[in-house]
Amino acid sequence: MCGTCGCGTENNGPIISKPGEKNHSHGDQHHGEHSHDEHHHHNGHSHSHEEHHNHSHTHEHDHNHKVLEIEQDILQNNQLLAARNRGYFEAKNIFALNLVSSPGSGKTTLLERTLADLKAEIPFYVIEGDQQTLNDANRIAALDIPVIQINTGKGCHLESDMVYDAVKKLNVKDNSVLMIENVGNLVCPSMFDLGENKRIVIISTTEGEDKPIKYPDMFYTSDICIINKIDLLPYVNINVENIKKYALQVNPKLVFFEVSATTGEGMDGWYQWLKKLKLEYKN
Amino acid sequence: MHELSIALGIVKIAEDEAAKAKAERVTKIELEIGVLSGIELDSLNFIWESAIKDTVLEFAEKEIVIIKGKGKCIDCDTEFEIEKLFDPCPYCNSYFKGILQGKELRVKALEVI
Repeated sequence: MCGTCGCGTENNGPIISKPGEKNHSHGDQHHGEHSHDEHHHHNGHSHSHEEHHNHSHTHEHDHNHKVLEIEQDILQNNQLLAARNRGYFEAKNIFALNLVSSPGSGKTTLLERTLADLKAEIPFYVIEGDQQTLNDANRIAALDIPVIQINTGKGCHLESDMVYDAVKKLNVKDNSVLMIENVGNLVCPSMFDLGENKRIVIISTTEGEDKPIKYPDMFYTSDICIINKIDLLPYVNINVENIKKYALQVNPKLVFFEVSATTGEGMDGWYQWLKKLKLEYKN
Repeated sequence: MHELSIALGIVKIAEDEAAKAKAERVTKIELEIGVLSGIELDSLNFIWESAIKDTVLEFAEKEIVIIKGKGKCIDCDTEFEIEKLFDPCPYCNSYFKGILQGKELRVKALEVI
């Protein structure tokens, strides 16, 4: 079984592909990456390993029974690779955003609109995460934006090693903006740092006001909250202020944008933020 | 079900450490899991058996130490227990807080032979 993506079998690992490209499995490459991590991991822990040896010597009467005090963070592998991604982005002056939400909140539509409106000013690259299909990547490719699709198979979230592989394949140019659209899931992706500069959670007006406190981890770890589908407000029984109130209880630092990716309403505020932050990260 | 990824991450740590210590198998594994870590213990226990099958952990006893959530109010410095990420300060009702503990997700120790 694959220890990083949680997929059921070796053949079920994430598949990274470009639109129009013959669909083939990168399972092997992915697992190759694993052994590379192992290497790092061994180096990083050589000291504590020595300590354990000493420890076991002091308990030699215990026969073969040894206690290894390892104190290791279970997410350490993901965090190490996320840090490597972050260093890569910083060196190439890439502003990376991780877009997270439940399925159907309008992440891809928001992305399409943003890319279409800003592509003349900003060089964009896109990584699409879905369990199956190239549909989202095809939608982005139709806008002439370089895009890579990661199909996670049974996996419910993107992890930093998948982004690492995808970024290499995407050949992202310096001074660009990288949009990573995570798998539609309001729970699992919250625990996995991809190395992004900012995390953006999208919630739509059709989802229910108390979603932020039902799924607090995602709102806690995000920097920006985009409330999408505000054009539907006359038809849904929802108060945007209540969404914000709940979200601020979880994360008082959240910044909000209220938009309709379909009509374009409110998109300007989000664009201004994007351009401003891109400049700020240039230093 | 990101708990499966987590369980497989635990297996990988145990396999690596057991190999380093030249141990045959693990008899006991101690985990530290904070209540704010984002892990559902029922889910972890549910997939545990299938995750450890044919690994060094297959016959290991699993002990989970649950770490309570603790926060410190940024507005009034009160320290208080947190059960949910959106719990306000019980003294001043502010939602601005730093989390002191409860996000842990660690393999604390392995007993090997």
